[in-house]
Amino acid sequence: MVMFTAMNVLPNLFGGGGDSISSILSMVFYVIFIVFVFYGQRIQMYVMIREVEGSLYKLKYIKEEGRKITIETIKEIGKPQTDPSARVDRYLESFTISPQSMDPAGIVYKLDHIIDVRDASLKDEVKIMAPESDEVQVNNLENTLEAAMALNYIYKVVRHFYIQGKKTLSLYVIMQLQMILPLVMKEAEAYASALKAFADGQPIGDGVGPWVAAKLMHGYETRKVPKDCVVASVPIEGRTAFIIKAEGPGGNVGKPGEAVTAVIEENKGKIASVIMIDAALKLEGEPVGEVAEGIGAAIGGPGVDQFKIEESVVKYKIPLNAVIVKEDIGDAVSPLRKEIADSVDKVIERVKTVVLERTKEGDKLIIVGVGNTIGIGQ
Amino acid sequence: MSQNSSSATAKISTYLMLIVLIVLALAIVALVSAAYMYESNMQFAVFLLATGVIAMGLSVYVMFQSRKRVAHMKIEAPKVMTTIECKKCNFKSVREFQRGDFVFKNLEPCEKCSENKLITAIYKEVKEKEKTYGV
Repeated sequence: MVMFTAMNVLPNLFGGGGDSISSILSMVFYVIFIVFVFYGQRIQMYVMIREVEGSLYKLKYIKEEGRKITIETIKEIGKPQTDPSARVDRYLESFTISPQSMDPAGIVYKLDHIIDVRDASLKDEVKIMAPESDEVQVNNLENTLEAAMALNYIYKVVRHFYIQGKKTLSLYVIMQLQMILPLVMKEAEAYASALKAFADGQPIGDGVGPWVAAKLMHGYETRKVPKDCVVASVPIEGRTAFIIKAEGPGGNVGKPGEAVTAVIEENKGKIASVIMIDAALKLEGEPVGEVAEGIGAAIGGPGVDQFKIEESVVKYKIPLNAVIVKEDIGDAVSPLRKEIADSVDKVIERVKTVVLERTKEGDKLIIVGVGNTIGIGQ
Repeated sequence: MSQNSSSATAKISTYLMLIVLIVLALAIVALVSAAYMYESNMQFAVFLLATGVIAMGLSVYVMFQSRKRVAHMKIEAPKVMTTIECKKCNFKSVREFQRGDFVFKNLEPCEKCSENKLITAIYKEVKEKEKTYGV
């Protein structure tokens, strides 16, 4: 009796009541529902793992291409006697340890020293790898190698979390990785684009500051200032402007902190204003190449140069102004976009406005073009 | 930039191809079964036909998607242009970037006025317009 009732009820439960197709469909639906109740999270995790895996393959491809481009460029420019691949591979795995910050007093100078040592070691390495290259090419190759190192590091970190997630089967490890992956991929693609630009010596978006400075100082006599920077004394609107930029056209950011300090000290602190020009990260929705002005030291990097500039201007109570050109991370390290090139004249106009509004005739001021001067002379 | 696909690319397509081939085989089985069953059980034949068509459509879609992904994996080098100007006679020309070019590099004398030409800009053109999202 009980058996008979169940036989009658079951088909109705699965819908259709005797219609074979709807019974099958309902059965499939119930199976899927039960599977999702018990294994939903696991299925979601496998979908995420697949997604991360796809991006990881792409990162691996980009990293390998980066390595290949670096080696090819070294061979082409540096004409080494032996194959530089092993040396490149060794350098791709190198690392820098930041100074201990338990007692932060004096950490800036410790960091500065470590950055100097790293820079010198990378330059020496490039000179050994590419003996035929000149100073400009050494700088470009150094930048190319650094971009390849960044790609290698991004790949290794993503791979680490991917394997860890797979090993532990932890949804949260995989989920965190999957959530930040679009931003990581964007950065990796930007570095891939930068690599080609560095290898060819093309100006990058970050070079807008040095380009403005170069345009202001073009035709005037320049002299070298520490470290890896040039300065020119240029008359602007009845004032004397000391224009500072990293020495180009090789890939070089110089040390604007030391250069600004040197020029301020040369003039015994009698500087009416320091105006810094730099590329700045834009927020989504803001147009590329938009120019804005503000107050403070417009300079990125590890913070050493910003610290030195701030120390010098505070010592002599010099006003610090900034003019920025907005661009995203991809634009900053890839070949310079036309919109950014078109903004150079707008920046010069804005700088002149700042000069007229915030300094008096006969004053001395400093204008610093901050950024990588690759592909930009003076 | 190299246009060759790496081993990683090949690995993805092999894995995907295996799944696509299995689904494709099942779809063909469903379609053949539908043809055999058409006269004896028409309703079930229609069900099998629909399943077969959907599975075939999905496998073809995945195959196209994977091809698209492989194409997307190539690192594309943007076209970079160099603007050359003569400051004296305002002659201006634009050509593709050549290694060794840099902004404010003096070039050979101008054909019109024999003043040295100058590279005044190096930039890349970005074709696609950014989405505004209406806000």
